[in-house]
Amino acid sequence: MTRTSTLFPLGRRTLLKSAAAGAALAALPMRRLHAAAPLKLGVLLPRSGFLALIGQACQRGVDMGLPVLKDMGYDIEVMNADTESSPDVGRTQAEKLIREGAQMLMGTFDSATTMSVAQVAEQKGIPFVVNIASDPKITEQGYKYTFRVFPTSPQLGAGGMGLMKTLFAQTGTTPKTAVFMHVNDSFGMSMLAGVNALMPKLEMPFKIVETIAYDPRAKDLSIEVAKAKAAKADMHMVVTRLNDAILMVREMVKQQYETQGIISPGSPGMYERQFAKTLGKYADYCVTNIPWFDPRSDLNKELEPRFTKAFPDETYDINFGFTFEAVLVAADAYKRAGSANPQALTEALRKTSIAKRLLTGTAIAFDEKGQNNGNQVVAVQNRDGKPQVVLPDQFAVMKPVYPVPAWSKR
Amino acid sequence: MSPEFILGIAIAGTLTGAVYGLMALGLSAIFGVMRVVNFAHGEMMVGGMYIAYLLYKTMGLDPIMMLPVAALGLFVVGYLLQRYLVNYFIEVPEHVQFLLLLAVAMVFTNAFLMIFGPDARGVQLPYAFDSYNVGPLVIDKVRLIAAVIAVLIAALLGLFFAKTRTGKAIRACADNLTGAQVVGLDVKHLYAVTFGLGAACVGAGGALMLLLVDVHPHLTTDYTLLGFIIVIIGGLGSLPGALLGGVLIGLSEAFAGFFLAASMKSMFAFGLLILVLLFRPNGLLGRGA
Amino acid sequence: MAMGRATRMLIGLMVALLLAPFIGNDYLVSVLILCLFNAYLAQAWNIMMGFAGQLSLGHALYVGLGAYAGGALFFHYGTPPWIGMIVGAAIAALVGGVIGFLGFRFGVKGVYFALLTIAFAEFTRILFDHFTWVGGSSGLYLPVVRADHDNLLLLRGRPAMFYYVILGLSAAVFLICHRILGSRLGYYWRAIREDQDAAQALGIDTFKAKMAAVMLSAALTAVGGVFYAFYTNTLYAESAFAMHRSIELILGAIIGGMGTLFGPILGAFLLTLLGELLTRLAENFGHGFEGVKQIGYGLILLVIIALRREGVWPRLAKRLGLDGEKAS
Repeated sequence: MTRTSTLFPLGRRTLLKSAAAGAALAALPMRRLHAAAPLKLGVLLPRSGFLALIGQACQRGVDMGLPVLKDMGYDIEVMNADTESSPDVGRTQAEKLIREGAQMLMGTFDSATTMSVAQVAEQKGIPFVVNIASDPKITEQGYKYTFRVFPTSPQLGAGGMGLMKTLFAQTGTTPKTAVFMHVNDSFGMSMLAGVNALMPKLEMPFKIVETIAYDPRAKDLSIEVAKAKAAKADMHMVVTRLNDAILMVREMVKQQYETQGIISPGSPGMYERQFAKTLGKYADYCVTNIPWFDPRSDLNKELEPRFTKAFPDETYDINFGFTFEAVLVAADAYKRAGSANPQALTEALRKTSIAKRLLTGTAIAFDEKGQNNGNQVVAVQNRDGKPQVVLPDQFAVMKPVYPVPAWSKR
Repeated sequence: MSPEFILGIAIAGTLTGAVYGLMALGLSAIFGVMRVVNFAHGEMMVGGMYIAYLLYKTMGLDPIMMLPVAALGLFVVGYLLQRYLVNYFIEVPEHVQFLLLLAVAMVFTNAFLMIFGPDARGVQLPYAFDSYNVGPLVIDKVRLIAAVIAVLIAALLGLFFAKTRTGKAIRACADNLTGAQVVGLDVKHLYAVTFGLGAACVGAGGALMLLLVDVHPHLTTDYTLLGFIIVIIGGLGSLPGALLGGVLIGLSEAFAGFFLAASMKSMFAFGLLILVLLFRPNGLLGRGA
Repeated sequence: MAMGRATRMLIGLMVALLLAPFIGNDYLVSVLILCLFNAYLAQAWNIMMGFAGQLSLGHALYVGLGAYAGGALFFHYGTPPWIGMIVGAAIAALVGGVIGFLGFRFGVKGVYFALLTIAFAEFTRILFDHFTWVGGSSGLYLPVVRADHDNLLLLRGRPAMFYYVILGLSAAVFLICHRILGSRLGYYWRAIREDQDAAQALGIDTFKAKMAAVMLSAALTAVGGVFYAFYTNTLYAESAFAMHRSIELILGAIIGGMGTLFGPILGAFLLTLLGELLTRLAENFGHGFEGVKQIGYGLILLVIIALRREGVWPRLAKRLGLDGEKAS
């Protein structure tokens, strides 16, 4: 029942015929196909609904990425669809994009929608590149057409926790105790599981004396912060989203809750522009361990000025970064496949190896489960209102500060 | 656990609760008079937040000073909404009213999304991080201000209903609609004024809330629900009840959050709501059954 | 005469729906699945509100309970969803019974009763977010097998199979509703809906009749929830029990025509298709206009409510000469 691309029903037949005619001839129509039309990439992002903020940030990665990719010689055309932050809508939108000729899908930021789109991709035999979604289960289902650029939450956690030890070693200050405050949603819970598993495994030098889960929709974190303060721990470890990160730090300042520092083993929130804008000087010194823009990358040098010029009020963040890389992966696979045939595209995706990246890490490449293991977590510390890479040394543009200055001394 | 600590939690809960109460005041007033359940309540609140945000952003004005402006803006919105839309649906079954205001809510939320975008918008004020040290206690300055204003507004609204001609006329409509019509009161106008006043309270609540929470379009539904919990617990239609309900919810969330799982704190609010609905369906301070 | 015509039209519609997967493509099938799923839930809700006059704004509770019962049994023990449906329906009927019992015994009426249903739904949502046996807030993922053959017993397979399952379920609920409306219970319900005191005076055990409506409605909704779990394979308490699901679920019934047999189906189809259409139209606006679809949707709802308070179907039925069908 697998349907081939509706756009090239003849193309595939031609291909088969020529394959029968001889391997040497087969390459010819493929090349002609490629020259004839760009890859039709169906982009599924939550541009409205409660994830609209992130969905639109990701969308900028597509919109700004296209001209850059064109300059790099890639041939790609996008078909945008809004998942409205709902897995149900995501599913029908994916079906619709495929019916309208999408030859590959890309998206969708949240794990639930990604799961439902991945199922459609499997049923239709259309390759699906996941820009962001961290639930490990997505690549544990044995899907053949799903490829994820983003790290899984255990990968994020492992990288993030490992870097903490580096941070302590380099600054010469090691906390003995920590409070772990995390958002109670699927992302927060899988990070919690990751952190709990890694504490003994990595022989972390500190003990988590209190774990506080809070409602992702919380509009007041005063009680949660009071509870954290009461634990009198050295370090404040967090897994946040954006709005709650702001509420939390504001509350920490008000309640005069001083720690050696606030560190996230891999979550959004603290590196975002809104965080820095709202909290001003109090946003500084927060550390997030996450894959980040490689300061040395040519792509970064190309994209960052373009971005800041086009969107002076928005954050140049990894929502943008990973979405750009996902589109790059798609375009690159198409170029190598030389055909929009889904099997050829999937085969090409499987052999992906993109060394010139925008983000930190080794080359993008997918393992047999479709997971990219080449992401490298770095420590990003807010300094003078801007997130800066401080660890590890090969990416660092500044030295890390730990312990951080007290709120009252800023 | 030291007693100072418990006291600190109680104070934080009470202050947050007072602001919740202010937000619920408007909902309560509208229901008390017209028996209309305003399912677009949270949307109005967010509207108030955006008005305050715009004034801050364009003119650098402090949301507290701009409270009357936000209230006035929402008064106009509420008045028009009632006069030209809701008024035609006063007598229809509840589910139709529900659907009507839901549709209004949907339009509002997404209009916010289109106009302001999905980003959270906040104000940066010099005193946003201040707190008072009273002995071992740390009291949040912004919350204290907000709570005081909330109580003041509740008192003003109470005075309005008790002392002014219009206020008395509105109460007459609430108590005996037919009687009010017989003596020649302009019910349509009075209803619209009530709806406007309810909306104005919500608007003021929104301006205050902006000091504590950054505004984004999808806050709306949560505030609508929270508003309902509070007014039901306090007593639909009772102004002091709304404040009491707010404080009770604030306190229950604070203690549940502290002693049990923080992420489960709103479960206790819903649990409390269920108990009140069953045992005191008119709310703690609601008019007798 | 009129009944004959209605039956003929229904059979025609059924045949068209049966043939749809052969004519349309997968996208059409997935939209129709959504239509039928919404129609199914709207019919189930209609039993409680449309027939017996008890307003529930928290029906997502039963969708979620069914989804989690069926999903968790399958996940932990490989239990076939058809058994899950029975378990889910039983649990939902029990919970619905408790809510109904409390509400009716304590005399919680109208808006207050509606808010009580919301409170229970939200309470349960947060509870399930912390219920680790079903995954807590990490969600419950049903194992997915590559769908190249259909396994009707375990509900694993291609969209067309799900389509026929939900079509069958919707048709079954329709028949159940039709049957009950003609029965003594259906008559009791309508009497209660019109005037509960009068019904009581006539000697109807209103408490029992209302309990029957709530429990039946809850049980049927839960069966829909099991379908949902197996169709989407991913469950989050956050979305399974969501307030917006409760709302979406009743929109169709009200817009179509509450209390009628065919209204909820018509309403669900109209709104689902309207949503798809508006998505298409909104795409033309491009970025920066996110939300325009929902604004259009809200405005159209407003217009329908303003023009047709009883819903679209009653008037349409008259036009089609099907007054006999309008059961109330």
